Amino acid sequence: MDLSAINPVILVASLMVASTPILLAAIGELVVEKSGVLNLGVEGMMITGAICGFAIAVETGSPTLGFIAAALGGALLSLIFGVLTQVLLSNQVATGLALTLFGLGISALLGQGYIGIKPPATPRIDLGPLSDLPVVGRILFSHDLMVYVSLALVAGVWAFLRYTRGGLILRAVGESHDAAHALGYKVILIRLAAIAFGGACAGLGGAYLSLVRVPQWTEGMTAGAGWIALAIVVFAGWRAWGVLLGAYLFGGVTVLQLNLQAAGMAIPVEVLSMSPYLITILVLVIMSADRRRAAMGAPASLGRVFHASS
Amino acid sequence: MTGTEKLLALEGLTKAYPGVVANDDVSFSIAPGRVHALLGENGAGKSTLVKMIYGLVRPDRGRMLLRGAPYEPHTPHDARNAGVAMVFQHFSLFEALDVAENVALGMENPPSQRQLSRRIREVSEEYGLPLDPTRRVGELSAGERQRVEIIRCLLQDPKLLIMDEPTSVLTPQEVDILFETLRKLSEEGTAILYISHKLEEIRALCESATILRLGKVVANCDPREKSARELAELMVGQTLHTPTRESTAEGDVALELSGLSVASSNPFGTSLKDVSVSVRAGEVLGVGGVAGNGQDELLAALSGECLAAPDAVKLKGRSVGQLGPNARRRLGLLAAPEERLGHAAAPDMSLTENALLTGAIRENLVSNGFLKWGSARSFAEIVIERFDVRTPGPEHAARSLSGGNLQKFVIGREILQRPEVLVVNQPTWGVDASAAAAIRQALLDLAAEGAAVIVISQDLDELMEISDRFAALNEGRLSPPRPAKGLTVDEIGLMMGGAHDMEVAHHGAA
Repeated sequence: MDLSAINPVILVASLMVASTPILLAAIGELVVEKSGVLNLGVEGMMITGAICGFAIAVETGSPTLGFIAAALGGALLSLIFGVLTQVLLSNQVATGLALTLFGLGISALLGQGYIGIKPPATPRIDLGPLSDLPVVGRILFSHDLMVYVSLALVAGVWAFLRYTRGGLILRAVGESHDAAHALGYKVILIRLAAIAFGGACAGLGGAYLSLVRVPQWTEGMTAGAGWIALAIVVFAGWRAWGVLLGAYLFGGVTVLQLNLQAAGMAIPVEVLSMSPYLITILVLVIMSADRRRAAMGAPASLGRVFHASS
Repeated sequence: MTGTEKLLALEGLTKAYPGVVANDDVSFSIAPGRVHALLGENGAGKSTLVKMIYGLVRPDRGRMLLRGAPYEPHTPHDARNAGVAMVFQHFSLFEALDVAENVALGMENPPSQRQLSRRIREVSEEYGLPLDPTRRVGELSAGERQRVEIIRCLLQDPKLLIMDEPTSVLTPQEVDILFETLRKLSEEGTAILYISHKLEEIRALCESATILRLGKVVANCDPREKSARELAELMVGQTLHTPTRESTAEGDVALELSGLSVASSNPFGTSLKDVSVSVRAGEVLGVGGVAGNGQDELLAALSGECLAAPDAVKLKGRSVGQLGPNARRRLGLLAAPEERLGHAAAPDMSLTENALLTGAIRENLVSNGFLKWGSARSFAEIVIERFDVRTPGPEHAARSLSGGNLQKFVIGREILQRPEVLVVNQPTWGVDASAAAAIRQALLDLAAEGAAVIVISQDLDELMEISDRFAALNEGRLSPPRPAKGLTVDEIGLMMGGAHDMEVAHHGAA
C-alpha cells in the first residue's frame, strides 16, 4: 500500500467534481421540502436529466444546450409529480417512489441509441492567472462552469430563503399551509413552482453525471445518488450551507475510498465501496439524535396533503 | 360618529355547502367606531360569514357594501386593501418564523425587516401590547401570539377589524387588556366585528349584537340590555339545562401525583415540572390554565402515553408511573384526550372499532387475541344510546359525526368502562351548549358514583360549574389546588400566571 500516491490537492479538486451531481439535486430538493412537499422522485428526475442532457448534447454538439435540456426534462417530469400530488391530492410518498421507477424506465427507453457514445467535452473555464496559482488554482479555479453554477445555486437559495419576501412566503407555506392559505397565499402554485425548481436542479445533477463525471450513458447510472441527495437534505437540517457540507462530505469519502482502493489498502473493496453510504447513515443518526433540534429545522407541513377547506 | 352612518352593510348574504346552508339571507350593518357582536353556537354560520367578509369564501347570493360602495373581495388581499383586517380563531401564525416575519406575511407591502421591527415596537407600545419582534413565535404564549395577530392588523390601519373568538386562549387579566385595546381602537373610529359565544364578555364590550342560529339571523339587539341567559336562549333556541350534582362524601385518595416531571415530546411543547396533587374518590378536580402550559403533557403523563418515574403517579397507593396506557386502563385509570379526530378516536374507523380500541380490556371485547365483534358492537350501541349520540348506527365512521356527537361518544365510551379515575382534556371544546351540558352532567354523575375525575379545560366557567377543587397549570407547573367555591376571577387569573408582564405597560399608558 502506498498512501503517498494520494495527492491531497487533486483529491480535493476531484471531490468537488464528484460532489456536484448530489449537491445540485440536494439543493433543489431543499427548496421543494422547504415548501412542504416531500418528493422522493429525485433519483428518477436525475436519471431523466442525465439522458435528456446526454442526448441533446450529442445531437447538437453543445454541452450547454444539453444542460438546458436536462433542466427542462427534470422539471417536466417533476411537474407530473406536482400535478398528481398538489392538484389530484395523491399520496406524496407513493407518487414520489413511482416517479423514481418511471424515470428509470423512461430514461432506459430514451437512451437505447446512446449507449457507448462519447458526449462532446464540457470545457473547463479559463480563469487566466487565477488557475495558475499554486494549490488554490488547482482546487478552486480549474473547474467547468457547472461546479460554479452549483455553488452559486447554494448561495442563491440561501439568500433567497433568508432575505427575500419570496423566500419568506415559501417557508411560510412549508411551515403551515393552512395559515398561509388563510392569509391569501396561493399554496398550490407556490408548491408547483418549488417542485419544478427541484426537478430542474435534479435534472442538472443527472446531466453532470452523464456529461462530465462519467462521461457516457449507461442505464441506471445514477446508482442511488438521488437517494443520497434526499438524505443530505435531512443531514443538513434543511439549511443551504449544510447541504453543501453534506454533499462534499459524501463526495469526499467517495473519492477517498477510490484513492484508497487504488493505493491497495488492505480493506476489502466491498467495505470501501459501502463506506460513503455507511458514513452518511452514521452522520444522519448522530444529527437526528437530538430530536428537538432535528424537529426545529423540518418544515412543519412537510409531506402533508393540502386541501383548501373553503 | 353617528349611529346611522354605515361602514359595512350585508344584504341577504347566502352561502350553501352540499347538504347544509351555512348562511341564509343574512343582513346587518356595522357603523364606524362600533363594537358589533356576532353571536351563535358552533355551526351557526359565524365563521362562514366572516370568511365571506374577508374574501376567503364567495357568497352564492346577496351583496356587501363598504362605505356605500359595492364590496366584492375575491381574496384576502382585496379585503386588506379595502381596510378589512382579521384576527383568526386558530391563529394564522407560523411557529418556526419570528414575530417580524409573521407580521410581514400578513401585510400587502411590508417595509424592510429593520423598519418593520421598529414599527412593531412603536405600535405595540402605543396599544399596550409589548412584543419583541425578533422572538420565534413557537416560543410565545398564546396571549403573546394573539398580540402578534392584532399588531399585524393594526399596522395596516384597518377600518374594520374582525376578531374570531379572541379570548378563548387568554387569562382573565389578558382579556381585560385586550378589551382596553379594543376600546381604544373603537374610540379612534375603527369598527370591530367581535365573534364569540362568551356572553358576559359580549355584554361588557359590545354595543350591538347580531345573533345567528342555523345560518339565519334570529335577533338584533343591544347586549347591554339583555341578560346572559336571555342571550344564550336566543342562541340555542330553547331553555338551557344547568348541570347539577348531589353532594358526595369524600373518599380515599384515588390518584396521587408526586414530583411528576415529564419532558414534552413536541419541540414547542411545555415540559411538566414537579407536579404534585392528589385526588380523592368522588371528587372533581378542575385544572385550568392558558393553552400550551402543559395540558397535553399532563394528559399524556396520566394516560400512560408518556412514562414517568414509577412513584410519580400512584393509583390507589400503587405505583403506575412506569406502566403504559393499557396497563393503566386495566387498573382503572382512563383518559380522554382533547383532539377528537386522530387522538381520542381513529377518524376512518367505525364507532364499533373505536369502542374496541379503548374498551377491549375492561369490557372483555377480546378473547385469546380474537375480537368479539358482537360484544364490541353492543358496547358501542350502549354508548350511543346512553349518551344520545346522533348517528345512524355503530358501523358509521367516527369522522362522519359532528364534533359534539363524537365528543359525547368519546367521553361516554370511557365513562361506561366504570373508571376509578377519569382524566379528560377539554371535554366540551367546540361542542354546542346542550351537548356540553350533557357531558358535564355525565362527569358529575360519574363522580357521584365514586370515581375521581380530573377535568383539564380552558373554559373557566365550565371548571367553576363542575369542580370541587381548582388548580391551574402555568408553564408546566401546577398550582396548589384550592376549593372552587368562592374563588374570584382575579384569584383564578393570578393562579394562571397573571397577564405575563402586561400590567405595567397599561398602567404606564393610563
